[in-house]
Parts: sequence; C-alpha cells; structure tokens
Amino acid sequence: MSVIRIDNVTKVYRSGQNEVPALRGVDLSVAAGEMLAIMGASGSGKSTLMNILGCLDMPTSGQYHLDGVHVNQLGRNQLADLRNQKLGFIFQGFNLLARTSALENVELPLLYDRSGRQHDSRALAAQALERVGLGNRLDHVPSELSGGQQQRVAIARALVMQPTLLLADEPTGNLDSRTSVEIMALFQELNDQGITILVVTHESDIAAYCRRTVEVRDGLILRDEPVVQLRRAARDLRTLAAPPPVGGPAPGAAIGEATRSPPAGSP
Amino acid sequence: MKRSTLVRIAVQSILKNKMRTLLTMLGIVIGVAAVIVMVAVGQGAQSRIEEQINNLGTNLVIVTPGSSQAGGVSQGAGTFNRLTVEDAEKLEREGTLFAAVSPVIVSRAQVIGGQGNWRTMINGVSTEYFCIRDWQAADGALFSEADVRGMRKVVMLGHTVATSLFPDGDAVGQQVQIRSVPFKVAGVLSAKGQTASGADQDDVVVVPYTTARSRLSGFARVQQILASTYSPGDIAAAQEEVRSLIRESHRLGDDDDDDFTVRNQSDLAEAASGTTRVMSWLLAAIASISLLVGGIGIMNIMLVSVTERTREIGIRMAIGARGSDVLTQFLVESVVISVLGGLIGLALGFGGAALLGHITGWSTETPPQAVLIAVGFSAAVGVFFGFYPARQAAALDPIQALRYE
Repeated sequence: MSVIRIDNVTKVYRSGQNEVPALRGVDLSVAAGEMLAIMGASGSGKSTLMNILGCLDMPTSGQYHLDGVHVNQLGRNQLADLRNQKLGFIFQGFNLLARTSALENVELPLLYDRSGRQHDSRALAAQALERVGLGNRLDHVPSELSGGQQQRVAIARALVMQPTLLLADEPTGNLDSRTSVEIMALFQELNDQGITILVVTHESDIAAYCRRTVEVRDGLILRDEPVVQLRRAARDLRTLAAPPPVGGPAPGAAIGEATRSPPAGSP
Repeated sequence: MKRSTLVRIAVQSILKNKMRTLLTMLGIVIGVAAVIVMVAVGQGAQSRIEEQINNLGTNLVIVTPGSSQAGGVSQGAGTFNRLTVEDAEKLEREGTLFAAVSPVIVSRAQVIGGQGNWRTMINGVSTEYFCIRDWQAADGALFSEADVRGMRKVVMLGHTVATSLFPDGDAVGQQVQIRSVPFKVAGVLSAKGQTASGADQDDVVVVPYTTARSRLSGFARVQQILASTYSPGDIAAAQEEVRSLIRESHRLGDDDDDDFTVRNQSDLAEAASGTTRVMSWLLAAIASISLLVGGIGIMNIMLVSVTERTREIGIRMAIGARGSDVLTQFLVESVVISVLGGLIGLALGFGGAALLGHITGWSTETPPQAVLIAVGFSAAVGVFFGFYPARQAAALDPIQALRYE
C-alpha cells in the first residue's frame, strides 16, 4: 500500500495581479518502506511539494492521499492532528526549542497527542533518544550539543510518535560532510527497520544514499528513477579518518551489512 | 490536551525567561498592592467613623426640627422649630418602644468659675440622656431625677470644660456661673473624644432641662429629642411611633407635611461615611489604573514574546499543535504571570497596609474579600490582555512561522 499518493497536484501562488505557478501537475506515489530523495534547484518547486506532502499547505488542485487519508478534505485542526500522528519532520535548521532539554524537545509531539492513547511520555522520549544514540544526553539543552547531535534530537522527536513517514527537508544542509554522512547512516538504519523516509535535498551526494531519486524542475517531475548503486553511509564512514565526535555509539555500527541484499529498485 | 500539560508547557516557558517574567509581573504586583493598600486605608477610615457614630449612643432615634419653606425656598433645618419639651414628655409617656427619651435644649454661654471662664455649649437634658449616650460621671455623680423635677441648679461639666476651669481636678462641689446664675458642679463627665468631623464632644456642660428652661433665658425651644429603643430591631417601628406621636402633639392634619425630621443612627453614619466612601472609591480607582497599566505591560510583553517565538510556534504547529493549543498556551502563560503577580502583590499590599498604619497611625483594615478580588482581577487582566497576543500566535501560518528568522 502506498504511503503517499498525489495525483495531478498543482499549486499557484498569487502575488498581487500575478499568478505564480509553483507546481504544475505532479503525480507521485511512495510505497511503505521506501527511502526517496526529492532533488531540485531552488525555485524548482520542491519546497512547495514538501509543504504539501507535510500537510502544511494545501494544493490548488489535485488529490493527496496520505496513508489512506484524503488530505484535501481536512480542516486546519485535522491537518494538525495528521501531522502529529503520521508525520515526522526534520528540518535543515534542526528547529529545536532553545533552552529546552533534549528530553523535553522529544517529548513535545506526545504532549499534542489527541489519539487518547495512554503513554509515559518521558519513557518514550528517552527511548527515542536512545534509538538515535543520544541516550546519555537526555538533559542537555541544544546549545550544549553539536550540530549533528541536535539533528539527532530532531530525528528522535520525529520518531517518537512512530509516524508512517519521516519528512526531512535538507537535513544535512547545516552540517559538515562527515556529520552529514553520519546522519544519512542513521536514516539508512531507520529505513532498514522499515520506516518510510523522504529526503528533500539539492546535493546529489546525499541523494545517492537513497534508494530512489525524484528530480523536480519548474514545477514538474523531470526524472523519477531508482538508484542503481546504493551507497552505504556506514561503509563510507569507516573510510573517513576521524573518529566520530559523538559520545554515543557510532551510527550504523549495529547493522549487519554483510547480510544486506543489494539495493531494491523502486516499485 | 490535558490541563496539567498545558500549565506545564506554560510554566516551562515562563521559567525560561525569568527576568522578563519578573519585569512583566512587576506591573501587576504594584497594581494589586496599590489597590489593596488604598482599600485598606479607605476601609480603615470608614470603620473609624462608624465607630464614632456608634459612640453617640445605642439604638438611637433622633428627632430634629423640620425646615420651613418660604415661597418655595427651603430655609434649612431648624429654621422653623416647633419641637417642645412637651413633645419629649409625650414620647416618654405614650411611647411603647423606648428605653429612654430626653429633650436636648442647646445654647452657648460663658461659664465662669474656678480659674476663669470658658465659652461652651450648654445642653439641657433629662437624666435619661446619660443612659442614651452611654455617658458616665468620671468624678462626682450624675444629677438625679429629683434634680430635674426640682429644677435644681446643678451642672455636669464636660471633661474639657472641667480641665480648663479646674485644672487641679477639684471641680466637684464648686460653684460656676452660667449667665449670672450660680450652679453647683455635681460631677465631671467621662471623656468622649472627638466626633468624626473633629468637634470636641467634651467641650460641653450639661444641666437639667427644667432648670435650663426656667432659670436660663433663651432656652425656649428644643433642638433635639434623643430616644433609644430596647433593641436595634425596634428602630424602624420606633421611628414610625415617634412620627405619629409628634404629629399628634403638633396637631398636624393628614395633608400637612412633617415639621420635624426623625432619623436614626445609621442615617447619621451613612451621611458621615458618605464622604469617606467616595474618597476610598477614588483611591481604589486611581490604584486600579496602575493595575490597568500592568495589564498593558503584559500585553506588550506577550506581543513581543509572540514575535520572538514565531519559530517556536511554527515548530509546535508542524509537530501537531492545533491553533487552539497555541492560543491556550499563550493565554495560560499570561494568566499564570498575572495571577502570580497578583499573589505577590497581595502579600505586598497586606504588608504595605500594615506598615503604613504603623508609620502614620491611620487605622488600616484589609478586607478578606481583597484576596479574592486581587486574584480574580489579576486573572481577568491576564485573560483580557493576553487574549489578543495569543490569538495572533494561534493565527500564524506554520510555513511562514517556520521560515521566520
């Protein structure tokens, strides 16, 4: 079953008299368990696509189904609930709450949970941080963490609700190359565990760690193809000289790479 | 979202900006403290006046002459005095609700004796006057029923008069002259102090009304008839009874207006405390302005805070906060700030009122309702001035909020 299905989606921005089309009829389908990169230069429409996929914005026309939910018909509050339940956001600028501990940051989505589920939000948040290798940084505030660590906190926050889809918008844009590879290794590890991940990026290096690449230009999908030769970030890390500066275990260390099957194509 | 979670989120973000929170609170703290101190001063003044009115006597009914009208122009109370000693005697004979009745015949005269002379008020009264006004002899004895019946020339000196004529305290048994008539001092009255308006209640001499009427010239009319009832519950009925008896005595027809006025103690208290009440309202009103200014301070800070935290609002919305969640968060923040400020202001106000009373010697009285009022008002200020900024926050577009630098 597809996690994302959009049919002929358009988005037109109005500025005064002018109508500026940002998307001009996009079709896209993403199956569960995929790891997909959306590429494009600035102004290509990829951010607009990302906002629509993230239920932050509504298409001007066309249909959007997210995990079987017809998004077009939802109101503001229902969109908020959908983002809370089904989506995990990861941003370029990390977007953590300042002066708020890692634990409290990760706990945040649980506070807005209206599904009525009973949960121990502290324990769940601690688990999520454990999962991204920050089990020993629970009480640190963002200013005490490195960029890579901050992004891991953001990933933990995105994971804590067990969403159907992780949406990462330029997740490595503010990180140095080594940390970028570390973050991509973490994404690959999570993907191996079955989580669907969509990465928006303009760097082909980063896209190379995904299993499928979609290129957007001028509001249209230019190219949509599987990555022929998937790069494993964990392997790349080993070839990079410097030891990881992170206190936690090296990302990807737990993955049995020898047993991995060759990259699967897109459906 | 759970209520406890909301409060937790709000308290978290308040604690993250301690300095700003304190400064914002300061406005409310000062406002609430000012209101409480002012109310305490006003209440203190009012209850002091009430105490002084009560000092006049217990369950008092007062009859004073009515006013006359000349061609539609009211001449003021006492211009047409038809109250007589007979009215008082009729009340005493026929009234059923009275514990005591006394006419009061008033004049001013020079009192000569002892160390010199003293101009003062001469009151001609019956023995029941002392009972009505709850007045005892500090020295000597009150004049008796026999003195009144026999029109004897005996006099009770007020404390002020006694000390100025007989500074050695040997007034009892001495002679004084009032309008050239010699009187024997029967006793000295206990000190009563000042009235609410500052008049000295002890600057007076008291003689039997019979004596005043027959021996002293110019004592024809009765300025006042004082009566007291057995219980406070009888006052209204007693006022009616006085009215009908005096109307009868004055032979007034059904169409005639009263030519006298009947009042009770609470009427007097009302009149006297009216001014103070206006004054204390005024003080409280001025103080509430500072509460208002404090509220505007909160609104100002909350607006700044919304702008400053635009990105935070975007993040919260992206991870699933509804507009209403954001609205409530900011609203709870401003209410928590203002209620906390209100509580601090309350403590400060109580302390301030006590300190002011201690320094100035004014009686201050902090009404217990002030607690509710202060907390209620500051919460209302928080909601009122917090709502607009909170709505601004809730209406933000998540995409733009996330992009905000």
